[in-house]
Amino acid sequence: MNNGSGIIEARELRKVYRVGEVEVPALRGLDMTVQAGEFVSIVGPSGSGKSTLFHIIGGLTPPTSGRIRVGDRDLAAMTERDRTQLRRRTVGFVFQKFNLLPNLTARDNIAVARHLAGMDPKPDPQFEEILRLLGIAQRLDHKPSALSGGEQQRVAIARAIVNHPAILLADEPTGNLDTENSRAVLTLLRGLNERLGQTILMITHNPEAAAYGHRTVNMCDGKIVE
Amino acid sequence: MTGKIVKENLKHRPMRSLLSILLMGVPVTLILCLVGLSNGLIDENNLRTRGIGADVIVRPTGSTLLSLSGGMSEKFADVLAKQPHVALAMGVVNQPVEGVTLGATGINLELFNRMSGGFHFLAGGPFQGPDDVIVDEYYAQQKHLKIGSHVNLLNHDWRVCGIIESGKLTRIALPLKILQERSGNIGKVSQIYLKLDDPKNTDMVVDYLKNLSPFKEDQYPIYSVEEWTSLFNASNIPGLRPFTFVVIGIGVVIGFAVVCLSMYMAVLQRTREIGILKSLGGSNGFILGIVLAEALILGVGGTALGIGMSYGAYWLIRTLVPASFPMVIVYVWWPIAGGITLIGAALGALYPGLSAARHDPIEALAYE
Repeated sequence: MNNGSGIIEARELRKVYRVGEVEVPALRGLDMTVQAGEFVSIVGPSGSGKSTLFHIIGGLTPPTSGRIRVGDRDLAAMTERDRTQLRRRTVGFVFQKFNLLPNLTARDNIAVARHLAGMDPKPDPQFEEILRLLGIAQRLDHKPSALSGGEQQRVAIARAIVNHPAILLADEPTGNLDTENSRAVLTLLRGLNERLGQTILMITHNPEAAAYGHRTVNMCDGKIVE
Repeated sequence: MTGKIVKENLKHRPMRSLLSILLMGVPVTLILCLVGLSNGLIDENNLRTRGIGADVIVRPTGSTLLSLSGGMSEKFADVLAKQPHVALAMGVVNQPVEGVTLGATGINLELFNRMSGGFHFLAGGPFQGPDDVIVDEYYAQQKHLKIGSHVNLLNHDWRVCGIIESGKLTRIALPLKILQERSGNIGKVSQIYLKLDDPKNTDMVVDYLKNLSPFKEDQYPIYSVEEWTSLFNASNIPGLRPFTFVVIGIGVVIGFAVVCLSMYMAVLQRTREIGILKSLGGSNGFILGIVLAEALILGVGGTALGIGMSYGAYWLIRTLVPASFPMVIVYVWWPIAGGITLIGAALGALYPGLSAARHDPIEALAYE
């Protein structure tokens, strides 16, 4: 646990979901700090609160209580509109199931993220270099159904970083990939971290995948455990 | 980018898109056919009235725009013929033969020829005997009649002696005396047309006749032909305007229901995609905008198809029943019908659109 000032700081973070009449605590006073440029792996059993933490950091849901800061922005005090803005430029998501828009080509999936962030749909020259690094430059005019799982995940990574977000949140990015593609995707993530200084938080169940990060954080019952 | 997403969404489910467009086109066709038929009937009627060559119309007391009362004595025609500036007076008998849109007219052909310049015969010629009928080209087409064909009208067999160019007085002309006998109107006429010595005297003659006994006491409706044809429009035909509004209402409801159902299904199918867009920073307004834009495009497609189908209906009606229903294409109603459809589409898309916009992104992303 790093107690210095980081790009992400969570203190006494709690999240309680209400399922009917029952309150289900997902985070129970979590403390966490992530420094800019870190690649942090988050591991833990199902139901330990990993995805909830991601959803809060990513602005998909507000915390129930506690403090959570991303950069200089206090997420606990954000309105829905503020969180929408956060998702446009400050964070990028990579999901286990890729979550590409099936009707659009890979290029358009990336352009949507640019459009929503209010940027020119055509990526900048630096991003063209990243596309080559990802190895999908020749596959951009295909729809997701014509791409392999590995290619889809690389497009999803490209989409997540096209707006140069401060934080990349990867939720089980290799969960639907075979070993070869898993290694390729993990290598890419580490490469993005090393070459671009991209801050990455990655949820994984796989210890081998977790080892690609600078450090591994264990979660259990809604808290960070040593 | 919104346009591309909408386009790809529509292309992704082509059958759903095409069915929605088809269903939205139906009320457009319905509205355009109704307006086309009513305008066609009115235009044709006015055209034929002007084709008589008369300047003044005298109608029976108690008659309305669409109906004639029991008629009036044919001797009134003789009385009217002797009034100042009246060059010719011609009484006719009108008798419905098929519904309210098609009627036969009993005429004195010699008087009619003097008043109008006569029919332009496309085949055959004037009455040769008491059972002869003259029909116009459209009625002949509708009933597949030729010279010498027999047609049953008013429970009597008539021989077609002439086929005329449409546009003067009537589609079916019968000898006046014979129709008076067959319709139980002996000695009576339905209306009287007057030709004046100079059309400039029309207003003066109309005023004069309105103050002439017995037309004044019994309040006989007397009009100049210009006034009469201007009165005969969609606004003045009882029930037509409310009926049009009912059809428009049905159009809005159908458009609303089709779009609501179609977009609701689409939103359900795209729950995960909505979650993806939200995770990328898509606002509620952006999501709502996509649904509304898609519905409006379906509405535009429905309008275009509806206009196309109205041409199909026009061709069908003009081919099968050109005399009974002289439909016309009323271009000015295209944007109106389109506007009605778009309103229905926008209203129909509102609920599914708001429902999509309010999706919780986490639940939407977890949707299988």
